[in-house]
Amino acid sequence: MTAPHADADPPVLDITGLHVDFDGAPAVRGVDLALRRGEVLGLVGESGSGKSTVALAAMGLLPRTARVRGSVRAGGTELIGAGDRELSRLRGRRMAMVFQDPLSALTPVHRVGDQIAEAVRTHQDVGRVHARRRAVELLDLVGIPDPEHRSRAYPHEFSGGMRQRAMIAMAIANDPDVILADEPTTALDVTVQAQVLEVLRTAQRETGAALLLVSHDLGVIAGMADRVAVMYAGRIVESAPAPELFAAPRMPYTMGLLGAVPRPGSRVLTPVPGAPPELRLLPRGCAFAPRCPLADDTCRTAEPELAGPEEHRTACVKAPEIAARDLAATDVYPVDEPAPVRAVTPRGELPAVLRVEGLTKTFPLLKGAAFGRRVGSVHAVDGVDLDIRRGETLGLVGESGSGKSTTLLEILRLAAPEAGEVEVLGHRTSELTKRQIKALRGSVQIVFQDPMASLDPRQPVGEIVAEPLRAQGADRGAVARRIPELLRLVGLEAAHAARFPHEFSGGQRQRIGIARALAVEPRLLVLDEPVSALDVSVQAGILNLLRRLKDELGLAYLFVSHDLSVVRHIADRVSVMYLGRTVESGAVEEVFARPRHPYTQALLSAVPVPDPVAERSRSRVLLAGDPPSAVLRAEGCGFVGRCPVYAGLGAGDRARCAGERPVGEVACHFPQPRPFPAA
Amino acid sequence: MRRIASRTVLAYLTKRLGYYAVLLAVAVFLSYVLSSLALSPRGYFEGRQPPPPASSVEAQLTALGINDHTPLMDRFTTWASHAVRGDLGRTIDSGSVGEEFGRRIGVSLRLLLAGTALGTLAGILAGAWGAVRQYRFSDRAVTLFAFLLLSTPTFLLAVLLKIGAMRLNQSAGSELIAFTGEKTPGLTGSTATLLGDRAIHLLLPTLSIALGTAAAYSRYQRGTMLDVLGSDFLRTARAKGLTRGRAVLKHGLRTALVPMSTFFAYGFLALFTGAAFTEKIFGWHGMGSWFIDAIGKSDVNSVVAVNVFAAVMVLLSGFLADVLHAALDPRVRTS
Repeated sequence: MTAPHADADPPVLDITGLHVDFDGAPAVRGVDLALRRGEVLGLVGESGSGKSTVALAAMGLLPRTARVRGSVRAGGTELIGAGDRELSRLRGRRMAMVFQDPLSALTPVHRVGDQIAEAVRTHQDVGRVHARRRAVELLDLVGIPDPEHRSRAYPHEFSGGMRQRAMIAMAIANDPDVILADEPTTALDVTVQAQVLEVLRTAQRETGAALLLVSHDLGVIAGMADRVAVMYAGRIVESAPAPELFAAPRMPYTMGLLGAVPRPGSRVLTPVPGAPPELRLLPRGCAFAPRCPLADDTCRTAEPELAGPEEHRTACVKAPEIAARDLAATDVYPVDEPAPVRAVTPRGELPAVLRVEGLTKTFPLLKGAAFGRRVGSVHAVDGVDLDIRRGETLGLVGESGSGKSTTLLEILRLAAPEAGEVEVLGHRTSELTKRQIKALRGSVQIVFQDPMASLDPRQPVGEIVAEPLRAQGADRGAVARRIPELLRLVGLEAAHAARFPHEFSGGQRQRIGIARALAVEPRLLVLDEPVSALDVSVQAGILNLLRRLKDELGLAYLFVSHDLSVVRHIADRVSVMYLGRTVESGAVEEVFARPRHPYTQALLSAVPVPDPVAERSRSRVLLAGDPPSAVLRAEGCGFVGRCPVYAGLGAGDRARCAGERPVGEVACHFPQPRPFPAA
Repeated sequence: MRRIASRTVLAYLTKRLGYYAVLLAVAVFLSYVLSSLALSPRGYFEGRQPPPPASSVEAQLTALGINDHTPLMDRFTTWASHAVRGDLGRTIDSGSVGEEFGRRIGVSLRLLLAGTALGTLAGILAGAWGAVRQYRFSDRAVTLFAFLLLSTPTFLLAVLLKIGAMRLNQSAGSELIAFTGEKTPGLTGSTATLLGDRAIHLLLPTLSIALGTAAAYSRYQRGTMLDVLGSDFLRTARAKGLTRGRAVLKHGLRTALVPMSTFFAYGFLALFTGAAFTEKIFGWHGMGSWFIDAIGKSDVNSVVAVNVFAAVMVLLSGFLADVLHAALDPRVRTS
């Protein structure tokens, strides 16, 4: 890729002074962006920052309720104010878009190939047959195996990753000047994300188009973008070439955002206090001032313009000072460094909180509407082993469909499992009486993924937190004393007890969920993706809270997450699942530094690191395809179909992999000693 | 590949038909038993003036196979053994139920086909259009009109149409619109004249059926269309360069029709039995009026015949709904 020259090339997309209002509430407040051919611009921001609105405005696809001001020029044509007919001639030809959710972005009733051919025929005067052939070529280009055949499939017959490939094929069908990708990999698993990003790179290289990559994931941006623009409250607050922005951010928000991302070697996260402002009620002055530790009166009087040298602009009056003193995120944001008291007792002597061995759960696969008959089984969990000791955090990782949630539900059921054994605090669940189950329920509590959906919107917070206490039969006085204590414990105020969930931000709601779980003083907290619905800056605060609570209360965590950086940051031990089975487990440092199962290696290599230099120089293991269906139970190793090691084995070794089920801490017949390139 | 070969579809449909046969047998049995218990053909004969002799009533009832002195199960087996051979028995006036049946079906079909088809089409278009122009004046006007029609009972609507036509005829001074029966009795002439006469007779009943049908469908269609209009795939279609109108037509409408297919199937076939008011008011002798008349005369065999027909129609509708659904939505074809 040739570096774009600032003056040589006119921008293919030029946005100046863009304002977007929805029913009087501003969403974008004066954005300037210019993209040149072959350039990748990363647009970063948290939810509600207006980044997707910018992309949709550039396509002229905002809903009718939006009021747009300013200018968007694509190759010299002004888009703002242009009619639908005029815009339709440009859409898909000059600029194309890849959307976030591949599950809903394709029309379910038309064949994939036809939908791509339609994109071709909309702008090119070619026949049906020719367009179909071109669609097959495009599918081949984006790496769909057997494209001729697959082009006749319907979207529901494609996996999420394949649908996103098809979307990219559609976007490049007419050789656009600009590709706008709005969170293109957010809905995908990390190994599939790595594949799709690779396809996006290829697509951009093939067409020479400029790419506007909208994402909240700083790792993805680090690996893809040449330049990065950071958005906050509808404005760009910092923009710089990627290496510069990641290495030396100059605006406190960017610093906080980067400091909040867990990365290898960082034990301290810098959460940005508070929540993004309500754009309807913006304060005077800098929109970030209420959350900024450096803010003073100058910040609160006038909103700073995006200023500074062309290659590194910031909208912050403190930027020169930050640059001069070379401040880091940890200098700007106060962090309560948790005392790193590692357990002195050897692990083997600590009492076990949870022990799971060979846990199995199958679901019947039924066919027929009224009189369903069983035609097979879904082996959702097929041999899971877990071991958590007192005060330990076990991270359970795996891609969607690997059986993480089923494992949790089976443990929380506190009943005899289908096969295998679950032991909670020394009690086998298969031998519990009703009374014991009830007593044990209080010792194992859960925190859910979606903090809004898991809180009853009609109950005041105090009631929500008190419910587990009541269920365990606590008396009124005890409940009344415990609630303020619990709310303070999770960083809320006692007065919050009378408010309702909708009055709180996402991060605060998750704190309420944690307070509820802690109410009955559990010994084991099961956390099911507790931070994946939260923005990075908020997520860091929750992770710090969990860490502190563990140290203070001596809790043990079973922490389920698809985000490996988060697990690496919070967990002591990690257990990797694939297709319902535990494939590798061990101490976090050990597994992340020297993964030995080929799947773990691929999984770790797929995680983008928020560091452009490291992200671009490291080698990675790209897995082909998607996880297979859990209906066909593998006799031997479940990973053979995608395993890079298996691919290089001889016939005899292959037979062993396929026929004999591997066991042990590294469930692989040929564990790889190769340490991973340090990221 | 999960694409299904047509052989699998055939096997699936055959199995479906098997279920339907069982359901149909149950429905037939129940309707026979209920009609026989609820209706009293003996009373019908005995109430005649002058009262016929008891022996002849007895003989007549036995001949028709509806004598309540014969055990119910025996009556049913006798009826059923004829029915499976296509003989549905005799009406209370000793006519052939089968012949009557054939005549009535033809009338119903001629009466309802155009009205239902037109109403369905108009309903889809009005609903889709209203959704696209949500909350604008045209949408509100369509909505208001639909609610007006929905809250007007069929007989009132039919009578209003009739009055309108009468006024028109009066002011024109000749019979422009005919609204009684299927055709002008005794009219002779070329085929074109005869067809034209029939068309004029069809105008009002068709309008009355079409309006009601369209009003109901437009509401459902507007709802499903609104769901689709906010969908991501419509946005994708526009991002490709399709204008809003084309995107809605090519990607939106077909998807919005999927949940409607069940309504269409049931609505279409249920009309065969449910247009009694329209038939009565416009003087057509179709299935609906036959049913009402048969109940009035305690004509057990005719009532059972209409019931059997209705049961077949319901099952057929279900089948049609499945086929339609599968035709419109590739997602249900794989399982």
